[in-house]
This record gives sequence, structure tokens and C-alpha cells, in this order.
Amino acid sequence: MRVFSPVASQEGLLRALETVRDPELDEPITSLGFVASCTVSADGDAEVRLRLPTYFCAPNFAYLMVADAYAAVSALPGVRLTTVVLEDHFASDAINGGVAAQAGFVRSFDGEAVAELDQLRADFLRKAVMAGTDQVCRPLLAAGTDPAALLAMTLREVPPSRALSRLRERRAELGLPAGDSDLLLIDPVTGSAVDIDALPLHMRRARVTRVSIEANSGICRGMLRHRYDTPGQGESVLSQTQEEDQ
Amino acid sequence: MYEHNGEKYFIVDSHMHYWNAAPDNWVPGAEQYAKGWIECFHAYQGLGPPETHWTIEHFQKYSEDDLMKDVFEDGHVDVAIFQPTDLKEWYKEGFNTTARNAEMGKKHPGKFIYNTNFDPRNGDNGLEELKRNVERFGSKGVKLYTAEWNNGSRGYKLSDPGAYRFLEAAQNLGIKNVHVHKGPTIWPLDKDAFDVSDIDHCATDFPDLNFIIEHVGLPRIEDFCFMATQEPNVYAGLSVVIGGLMYARPNFFAKVMGELLFWVGEDKMTFGSDYGIWEPKWQVEGFAAWEMPDREEFADFPRLGVAGKKKILGLNAAKLYDIKVPDEFQLPASAGTPGAHEVLGEPVAGA
Repeated sequence: MRVFSPVASQEGLLRALETVRDPELDEPITSLGFVASCTVSADGDAEVRLRLPTYFCAPNFAYLMVADAYAAVSALPGVRLTTVVLEDHFASDAINGGVAAQAGFVRSFDGEAVAELDQLRADFLRKAVMAGTDQVCRPLLAAGTDPAALLAMTLREVPPSRALSRLRERRAELGLPAGDSDLLLIDPVTGSAVDIDALPLHMRRARVTRVSIEANSGICRGMLRHRYDTPGQGESVLSQTQEEDQ
Repeated sequence: MYEHNGEKYFIVDSHMHYWNAAPDNWVPGAEQYAKGWIECFHAYQGLGPPETHWTIEHFQKYSEDDLMKDVFEDGHVDVAIFQPTDLKEWYKEGFNTTARNAEMGKKHPGKFIYNTNFDPRNGDNGLEELKRNVERFGSKGVKLYTAEWNNGSRGYKLSDPGAYRFLEAAQNLGIKNVHVHKGPTIWPLDKDAFDVSDIDHCATDFPDLNFIIEHVGLPRIEDFCFMATQEPNVYAGLSVVIGGLMYARPNFFAKVMGELLFWVGEDKMTFGSDYGIWEPKWQVEGFAAWEMPDREEFADFPRLGVAGKKKILGLNAAKLYDIKVPDEFQLPASAGTPGAHEVLGEPVAGA
């Protein structure tokens, strides 16, 4: 009896890779241009090649992207064997070998790391929540919402937008309140409501966090373009989430 | 000296280099790192105006004449501060050492200030070397690169006990200014190597030292801003901010400047070209002419006036290094606008 098995496609691979984000920039590795190539053979062997803006990009974040890409692709129906290769990086061998062996970060960098990267990932998700808070609140304030009114506003009361969906997803990932009746403004560590006295500083922090991530992303894109003159798979010239210059 | 709209600016380039990263200086067996490092720097240059781009060969090793022309003759700089980075695991004679800088600089008296450096992992020998360098080169500042690889270690934190020992020794030797440059690696590798909280501890524990955070903690501007607001002896080094963003990403540049002006303030910001990554000419000229965009999204950022630009382009660094500035470039004592910690009346607690 023949067993029908689903066939993985390049399109499917790309969709899977769109769910993988650069933890620092909080953007998909596809739109950032980090996917040099992704292919899948008729037998279901998938190969993804990743590239980064510099030879010395931080190895912990690089590891997370390679590991997440491996997990996303290998979970696809019809994929038999998954290979993810980080190219042109000082720690390529340790990262590629470690991910292929499912060794974890500590074993991949023997003696150089003491913990896995969950804490690092959570810390950067919290930054993404702060940046997302600015993305959602700025248009509300521009439309005349009183800053103090933001304190009592629930997520249900915010007009739907891509920025709002992202904010809710990031909060949910962290285990922070993200339901319709939960508050728009919360402390990104405890999840508790923001006090009125703390509101100006909270909003300032949200803004500077967003500015920092966006400026960083701008530099990374410029460096990548200098390093590679071909676009990445699924790369968007304009960022999905940022307003861009020029 | 630079003159723009009838205003005269005294220019201190507080962060620049004279390196040799050509293949003749690569350590056998570490060629890939030496090559990767300089190619990474070269990519940063790509963020400047196209007419200022160099070939990789020229970028690897520029001459003394190139430097004097680019920085002083064309670049408007009055005094330049060399910031060394050794990287001796990758470059045989070091990438950009105090000795190499001073060898060149001694032919041009009055033009250069020689900062030196240290690595707390070098122990007693490192302390001796620091002492020799300070005595020999008259250094008032050190440049620290916390991600430097050293004998199997990929970096350190400035709050490590070993680092405190060096900071104490440096202070006793007369060092006033500590320039910190974070990089992508640290021990342990699972921590964020760019985190600046170690500098927060140092700034509190060494109130008589000034900590100039180069490239304003990029990519952690937000962490840097919270920290700088609370520590009166922390400064924002604008290397990479002007060079990397002003031309390539003008909107982001304006926003980053807006944040720095709010949190840190114009009295605590210093210009550095990061030469040879970028030539100072276009940076000085562009910055003197720069204005915060007059649009809604920039409305609540502080503005930067002529007085603030004069401070950032030279007067602030001149104060840190006791550089004598002729009267015609000086400002009245009260000129300019303070930063957030003064506006808010007290440190932003818990930020």
C-alpha cells in the first residue's frame, strides 16, 4: 500500500522561516534579508543558508536564529532531513555543528557559556513589548487620546492594527496578560498596571527602546547590503514594522 | 577650526585611530579573524556618503599623510585623541596600539592626545605595562574594548574584581577618562555582551573618573540612556551615531539625537569621527548644519542650538582633557540646554 506523504515546497519553507525572528531587532529573518537561500529536494531534504550583517555578529543571537530556523523547518510536514548553515561567521562551525547535533548552546560553546539562552530571549522580548507599546500608543496620542486615559484602556478598546497584534503576541510569549480585557499599559516584567506617577517615564522608556531597536535595525540593514549585493529570500526592501528613511 | 554661518567651532575629534590591518600584520592561523574584523569596519564605512568610501586595500592601511590630510587639513579637526585597540591575537604588532599612535604623533606636536588601554586579564604584567604607558605617553585616558579575545577568554565585564583593580591603578596614575567600547562577545557567552550595567557600577564606585561610552552603547541605546541619566560622570561618545546614521538614516539619526539630548544632554555628548572608519570632514560639516526636523514625530524632542553643537564638537571633550581652547571659540557659562536629570530635578529613580 502506498502511503501518501505531503511534499514540502520552497514556498512552505519560506513561510516557516518567516516565523523566525532576530531576537534583537524583533523582525523576521526573511524580511531582514538573512536567508541567503532555502531549498528542498523531491525527497524532502531541506537546506537553509543564513547570512548576517557582519562576521562578528553576537554568537548568542546568531545561535538562536539558526536553532529557531532548524526547529521551524524540521517541523514542516514532508521535510525529512533539515540542514541549516550559517555562512561567513566567526562561530559558524560551533553554531552549525551544535544545532545539527541538537546540543544546546552550553554544549555548543564548551566552557564559554553557563546557561541556555531562554533568559536572553525573554529579556529581548521585554524590549520588544516596550517598543511595541510606543508603536501602539503613539497613534492614539496623536489622535488626541489623553495620556492618562491610556492607563485604564484595555486591549479590546484599542483599534486593531498590525502593531497591536504583534504587541499581544509578544506579551503572550512572555506569559504576560494579553487578553481582550487586559490593560494596554503594563509593566513588562511583572505584568502589573502602570501607576499614573510612573506614566511619563514608562512612555519615555517605550519610545527610547523603539528608537534604539529601529536605529540598530537600520545599521544592520546597511551593513548587510554592503556585505552582500544580492537580496535575501523573502527580503523586503522596506521593513514591515518601521517607518523608513528616504 | 570650522566656521559655519559666522560661528566658529573648535573641533576635538575624541575618538580616532591609526591602524594597520593589512595582511602583513595578520597573525598566522588567525587570518580569518583579522580579515573579518577589518571587513566589518569597512562595511560601517559603507554607511557614509559614497564619495567618502575607500577601497578595502586603502582601508586596511592608510598612511600618516592620509591621516594628516583627512583629519586636520580637510577635516577641520584642531586636536585628535587616539583611542588604541590592541587585538594582538589577530594582528602581529597589534591593530592600533598606543606605541604606533605615539610614534606617528610625535612628529606633529600639539595635534594629538595619546590614550592608552589595559586588559584586566593580564594581571600584574598588565598593571606594569599600564604604568609604563602612562608615564611614557602622558595618557589621561584609556580606551577599553571589553570583547577583546585574550588567551581563550572572549571578554570581560568592567564590574569584575580584576577590572576594579585596574581602574583603581589607572586613577592613581592620573587617568581621568575611561572610554568604553562594547563588542559582541563576553564571558559567559549566554549573557548580552552589549549590556552596559557593569559601567553603571563602575561609575558609582569611581565618581572621580569619567566614563565615555563610545557609540552611546549601540546597540543598547535605551540601556545606556537610563544609566547615563543617573550617573553624572557618564558621557555619550557619538562615534558611529554621526558616522553611521546621519547620512544613511537621517530620520533615525534625528530620533537618536533627540533621545540623547533628552536623557543625557548636550553637556555630556562628545564628537568622535572614528577615523579611519569615517572621515571627519563630512561629519563636522553635516553636524554643524544639522537641525532637528520640524515635523510632528520630532515635536517633543529637545532642540540643539549653536551652543550645543559647539560643546559636542569640541568644548566638552576639551574640558575632559584640559585642552586649552582660544577665547574666540568659548561660550558664555550659561549657554545651552541641560539634559533630563537636570530637567527632572533629580535622578530618574528606578529607570
